[in-house]
Amino acid sequence: MIDTSTLTIEEFGRRLRARETTAEQMTEECLRRIDADNPRLNAFILVMADQARQQAREADRELAAGHDRGPLHGVPISIKDLVDVRGTPTTAASRVREGHVAERDAPAIAHLRQAGAVIIGKTNLHEFAFGTTNEDSAFGPARNPHDPARSPGGSSGGSAASIVAGMALASIGTDTGGSIRIPAAACGAVGLKPTHGEVSTAGVVPLSRALDHVGPLARSVADAWIMYRALLGDATPRGLAPSPISGLRVAVPRAYFCDVLDDQVRARFEEALEALRAAGVRVGETDIRHAKEIGPAYLHIVLADAATHHAATLESMPERYTAPVRLRLEMGRYVLAEDYVRAQAGRELLRQEVDAALAGCDALVLPTLPIVAPPLGADSVNVGSTQEPVRNVMLRLTQLFNLTGHPAIALPCGRTADGLPCSLQIVGARGQTEQLMRTALACEAHLGRRSG
Amino acid sequence: MTVDTWLDAAIADAERRGLSELKPMLETLARATHALRSADFNGDASDSRQAGPPKEPMKKSL
Repeated sequence: MIDTSTLTIEEFGRRLRARETTAEQMTEECLRRIDADNPRLNAFILVMADQARQQAREADRELAAGHDRGPLHGVPISIKDLVDVRGTPTTAASRVREGHVAERDAPAIAHLRQAGAVIIGKTNLHEFAFGTTNEDSAFGPARNPHDPARSPGGSSGGSAASIVAGMALASIGTDTGGSIRIPAAACGAVGLKPTHGEVSTAGVVPLSRALDHVGPLARSVADAWIMYRALLGDATPRGLAPSPISGLRVAVPRAYFCDVLDDQVRARFEEALEALRAAGVRVGETDIRHAKEIGPAYLHIVLADAATHHAATLESMPERYTAPVRLRLEMGRYVLAEDYVRAQAGRELLRQEVDAALAGCDALVLPTLPIVAPPLGADSVNVGSTQEPVRNVMLRLTQLFNLTGHPAIALPCGRTADGLPCSLQIVGARGQTEQLMRTALACEAHLGRRSG
Repeated sequence: MTVDTWLDAAIADAERRGLSELKPMLETLARATHALRSADFNGDASDSRQAGPPKEPMKKSL
């Protein structure tokens, strides 16, 4: 039996081409995992078993006939149910979307199909991607595979849970304030937010066009690279070479970003820095001068953008929203134009400050999530001696790079005493996602165990 | 419109629409708006202040 919870796309591809396994066998094993664990984890909204089996058999036939589409050939993947997959509903985890059926694939999905991926199902999320815990979903909360009493993070919580539980080898998520990186951190996966605008968001239900990104969740940096390139339409990417680790220069923005951290998260972060130093990385410090304006700027932009998209349905079918998401959307209808403009000015200034911070180094390094996966139902959590609202603290370290558009990747960097994952975030220069991934690949080897 | 005036009007409107649960959220938004308006990058028509380029970030030990 194949252990789908630890197998990487790279290793599956090796076994597939060595005729040690088939796409059909791998798909059946993922479906078996879904049958066994989805009732407990609620990671999937829609399981596409028949279509997945058909795609897998076709992938096997193609390979037998000598048609190899590349490293995603025959790989079972899951898709956040915010992205159009032809012939299926895009629910956005909301009753507002009842009756919707996508007429065509989103361009990102079309690229994945061309690369040979097998789409095994659509995953649960925080309703309309407007939350960080995955609790507010018309289909009930997704749960964390490490502890089902805890959130898998959000909004792409079902995506992260699906790969960590071995229900798929990789997944597609979206990230407007951290919604790929936060669940990757909470579940112990790799999550990549590419540079803003790189991967098409057509066919994706928007939260904020200014901040939305599409990207992969995977078990390793190499797998995330394969998925990222496929999303761009490159089905046969060259292998990702790591940056030379010795002499790599990273900078830690300590002020603000390390002010509010769970003690064990802080300890794993400092250990990760020490491991990188030991490997020859030069670790310095930097400063984002207007960091305390990140939250206010982000809030005004995301609230107003989201409220604009939802204005008509807030009037015509308000009862179809979950109550917390409806209220958050309604809040956005009160943002004044002058404050929206101020927030955009802050955004531009923050973008310049992150550019400047990156000018003297290869990457910024900081924790991804200040806390471990929070218990479902918690409104606030203790962080050190203070109590923090869950939503605010979960967005605290990721939302900046949605404002600025810089590529950022979350990597597992150890666990707490209770076995809950901690995560390191690496941020690269705008338009340099490949370079960021080369840096991440070099660092990954020194950060202990892989995802899961 | 000052933030306090805006908040009073927003709460009154939310209550009129049967959304009194919005009040604590609007108060949270008001605090964020205060912070945003207090930031040093805001322009001021009485002088020539504009959002300027960022200061050189501190770098240590690189």
